[in-house]
Amino acid sequence: MAATNTGGPVAARADGIWKVYGSGEARVVALRGVSAEFGRGRFTAIMGPSGSGKSTLMHCLAGLDTVDEGAVHVGGTEISTLKDKALTRLRRDRVGFIFQQFNLLPTLSAAENIKLPLDIAGRKADPQWWDTVIDTVGLRDRLGHRPSQLSGGQQQRVACARALMGRPDVIFADEPTGNLDSRSGAEVLSFLRSSVREHGQTIVMVTHDPVAASYADRVVFLADGSIVDELANPTADTVLDTMKRLDPRTDPVML
Amino acid sequence: MLRATLKSLLARKLRLVLSGLAVILGVMFVSGALVLTDTLNRTFDSIFADAYSATDVSIAAKPKVAVAEFDGEEVPSPLPASVVETVKSQPGVRSATGRVDADGARVIAADGKVLTSFGPPRIGTNWTGTDEIMEMRSGRGPEAPGEIAMNATTAELAGFRVGDRVSVLTLQPKREFTLVGVWGYTGGRDSVSGVQEVAFTTPVAQELMLGAKDVFSSVTVRTADGVTPEQLRDRLAPVVGDGYEVKTGTQLADENAAGLKEGIGFFNQILLGFAGVALFVGIFLILNTFSIVVAQRTRELALLRAMGASRRQVINSVLVEAVVVGLIASVLGLAAGVGAGAGLGALFSRMGGGMDLAPIGVPLPAVISAFTVGIVVTVLAAVLPALRASRIAPVAAMQEVTITDRPLTKLTVAGSAVTAVGATTLGLGLFADAGDATLWLILGGVLVTFIGVALLTPLISRPVVSLLGRLFSWSVPGRLGRLNSGRNPRRTAITAAALMVGIALVTGVTVVMDSAKSSLQAEAARILKAQIMISGDQGGARPPTYDPAVLDEAAAIPGVRAAAGLYNDVVAIGADSDYVAAAEDLSVLAEAYGTTAAKLTADQIAVSEPEASERGWKTGTPVTIQTSRGEPHTYTVAQVFPENGLPKNIILPAEAIKSFGIAQPVLGFIRLDEGVTVASVLPQVKALLADSPEVTATDQQTFVDDQAAVFDDLIVMIQILLGLAILIAILGVINTLALSVLERTRELGLLRAVGLGRAQTMRMITVEAVVIAVFGALLGVAVGAGMGSAVAHALENDGITQIVLPWSRMATYLVLAALVGVVAAVLPAIRAARLNVLNAIAHD
Repeated sequence: MAATNTGGPVAARADGIWKVYGSGEARVVALRGVSAEFGRGRFTAIMGPSGSGKSTLMHCLAGLDTVDEGAVHVGGTEISTLKDKALTRLRRDRVGFIFQQFNLLPTLSAAENIKLPLDIAGRKADPQWWDTVIDTVGLRDRLGHRPSQLSGGQQQRVACARALMGRPDVIFADEPTGNLDSRSGAEVLSFLRSSVREHGQTIVMVTHDPVAASYADRVVFLADGSIVDELANPTADTVLDTMKRLDPRTDPVML
Repeated sequence: MLRATLKSLLARKLRLVLSGLAVILGVMFVSGALVLTDTLNRTFDSIFADAYSATDVSIAAKPKVAVAEFDGEEVPSPLPASVVETVKSQPGVRSATGRVDADGARVIAADGKVLTSFGPPRIGTNWTGTDEIMEMRSGRGPEAPGEIAMNATTAELAGFRVGDRVSVLTLQPKREFTLVGVWGYTGGRDSVSGVQEVAFTTPVAQELMLGAKDVFSSVTVRTADGVTPEQLRDRLAPVVGDGYEVKTGTQLADENAAGLKEGIGFFNQILLGFAGVALFVGIFLILNTFSIVVAQRTRELALLRAMGASRRQVINSVLVEAVVVGLIASVLGLAAGVGAGAGLGALFSRMGGGMDLAPIGVPLPAVISAFTVGIVVTVLAAVLPALRASRIAPVAAMQEVTITDRPLTKLTVAGSAVTAVGATTLGLGLFADAGDATLWLILGGVLVTFIGVALLTPLISRPVVSLLGRLFSWSVPGRLGRLNSGRNPRRTAITAAALMVGIALVTGVTVVMDSAKSSLQAEAARILKAQIMISGDQGGARPPTYDPAVLDEAAAIPGVRAAAGLYNDVVAIGADSDYVAAAEDLSVLAEAYGTTAAKLTADQIAVSEPEASERGWKTGTPVTIQTSRGEPHTYTVAQVFPENGLPKNIILPAEAIKSFGIAQPVLGFIRLDEGVTVASVLPQVKALLADSPEVTATDQQTFVDDQAAVFDDLIVMIQILLGLAILIAILGVINTLALSVLERTRELGLLRAVGLGRAQTMRMITVEAVVIAVFGALLGVAVGAGMGSAVAHALENDGITQIVLPWSRMATYLVLAALVGVVAAVLPAIRAARLNVLNAIAHD
């Protein structure tokens, strides 16, 4: 089935994309003709068991990986045909990332890490937006600290601020709470949700945690490289039920 | 455990190659030097065994003046023809041939230039027919005074054929002959070890090469049947008496070979010295590589520890890796060394005029030293990181790898102490009178100072690197590169320290040389008043000479106030040998030189003040001097002149010149009248020298610069040899960067993910490399300038009166270092830019 956006403008779109790894015996089909739309100003979660292809889908949408067939559009640009230079520029100017491993540069302070994509692009931060983002993530008194002096939750909030600062067309978050305790995780998630609600940011988040998914406006379910279901305005319970139904063998809590 | 180590070793081939390269280069230099010496030794043995195969016993007069190696050429004393007759009539003698055999027969080639030689002598001899090892190539031996023959090497180099007119410079000015024959040697050889030979008829050879009638250089004796050379030698010795040396052909061959080997031994020590420098720098590289490698393997080693491996086993696993790297590198280094030795040997043989090289062999000492050096150095360099690795607590290491910045206090204290010890040792060597220990004190001081500064480098690196990096901070990649180069001071420091050693040595030598050069120039310009000089290339064993008649003609040129030649000889005064000079007329020489002195009579000498006070001579002191030829003569000190007043410290009268080893002037001074320009006279003097192609006339400035040019050649030579140390240091920069890039894979992935372009990634790595390299060069220039100034200062009494810091050369080194950084960054930067973003982010 194809996951369609319920009306409104589209920030990113996949059109029948296929991704195959290896060949012969070792051939693994990660995506089988996935089509999906991610609406502007919406918080979408992609869920699925391990090996369902959810991370691959996100990587292809973000221009980090190439597709074998089909097309990917980000903010109206077809990116599956772009060369490295154009992809680099796309990532720099129009896409934001939040990784599970935080991925901050240890040599830079928190503030410098947040400004890094803008610095690379040679742009200046809009001071008003800067203040808004810093205050939302609550890092004002930590700006001069190095990553090694910050807690895991604080580091991830720095990473979120970094993704938000450039006001990208879309932010891709790959298991952003995977390395955090539940309290820090909840902080990060509510911060992501508020950036969507209050500032119209588009976020696509890959997760296997039903609680994390419940912060999203919409959940898309993947299994064996295909989209199998979707939920609007999810709660942790509805997500858990859907997952149980899709894959009864798996206890999602153990994922 | 062993299997785990070997597997991990093989899994990281790049790391293996990088850590091995340094060892390979060091081992290559050591074994190359040994292979070369071994080959040359065997070559000389075979050459001389052959050269004396037609000589059973040889008789020669003892030299009048014994001259030490490197102090000039010993002039053989002639032996009267009557000795030949005496020997001939002795029982057991089949034949006795008088031979003239002396260096200094310089052929003027077809192009009008004097045939040069880089070592082998240019022998003038008398023709006594061909012996067992000679063969006539064309024509015949000389029979008339106007005829000569030459060996095939000489004929080929000069471009002559039988029938050509050939000019030869000997003890006498240029003389022309007809070439009537060319000979070679058995086995198709054109010469024996590249020696140029010209044969005259016996009377002509005696006159031109020995400067007297009825004298020979030696007598070659063949034994009658049933008599061994040793028996005949012992029988002849009492017959000819005390003044002669009687030796068998075998003895002569051994002595000659030994003499050459001594020269080669010196050359070998220089090569080994540079091999030492290469190894010293290599140790830095190996040490750094192993520290980084162990840091990267922290998790792997911790896993092993967690599974029950003991500390000893962890240390052993690193050591096994070191032994394997050392072993492989030693084998490769030895192979490269044999290649390098063979190449250098071929170069040597070409420079020596095509001598036949003995087959290249691999002597046992080369093998032993290659493996000792290769394995011991590598293992030593790996011990420290191994100890550190074993101290890591398993649990700590299993967690996210954090490179903790350990405090530098201990290192700084140790570094300061070591530097102080090194500087003190160096100071003792330079300024205290330590006798034989001086050289060792200086070498040890330099080495210890280097280690001390290297230990201090991490501390210095913080402010300096951050300051240097600001130059690049205007761009994001530049700023990231600067931060990266400052993030691990130890690693940056040790990489830079390797570069420091090479550059410090080059800078130090340059400071000393430039100081010496500028002191020489200043001194020469101060004391030398002659405006035109006659001189030639002083590089060879035999100084170039010219026809003294030129001086009289020059004196007659209008505007010339005085023209005088200078004759040189090595003489014996009492027990020691010394250089002296002589002048046709000391008053003219003094006037040309810019002072005044009276003409010396036949029994008078002039002595400089410092020489006189050192020897305790005063006006009127009788001094007995044995010149290279003739009998000892007793002179009286007639004049004492101020220091540097005349070109030598002891000056003999005109009458002594004929007893000199070379009875022709080697230098000439021409002083002009007031108001006469050099340009108006110089061309005329040049024209007069047309028949003396070994020398030219130059103005004073050119002459002084030519004299000083020797230092420039030396600097270039040292730079080339120390280039190897710098090459190894470059490898170190490449190594550090490559390993850092591996270590920061995830970071690079992130940077690429947030939009850093490939070119920007490369620029970031390049800035890091340039900052490290320039930092190392800066340190090297500073340390080198300090050491060089200290050495130059210590040599003040030896004539280095000015200390010159070669700013432009030092600036060049810095610029070169920046280029080195750019070059070193190329491969790691490409590697970093090619990283797959997705894989890099997932990397752990």
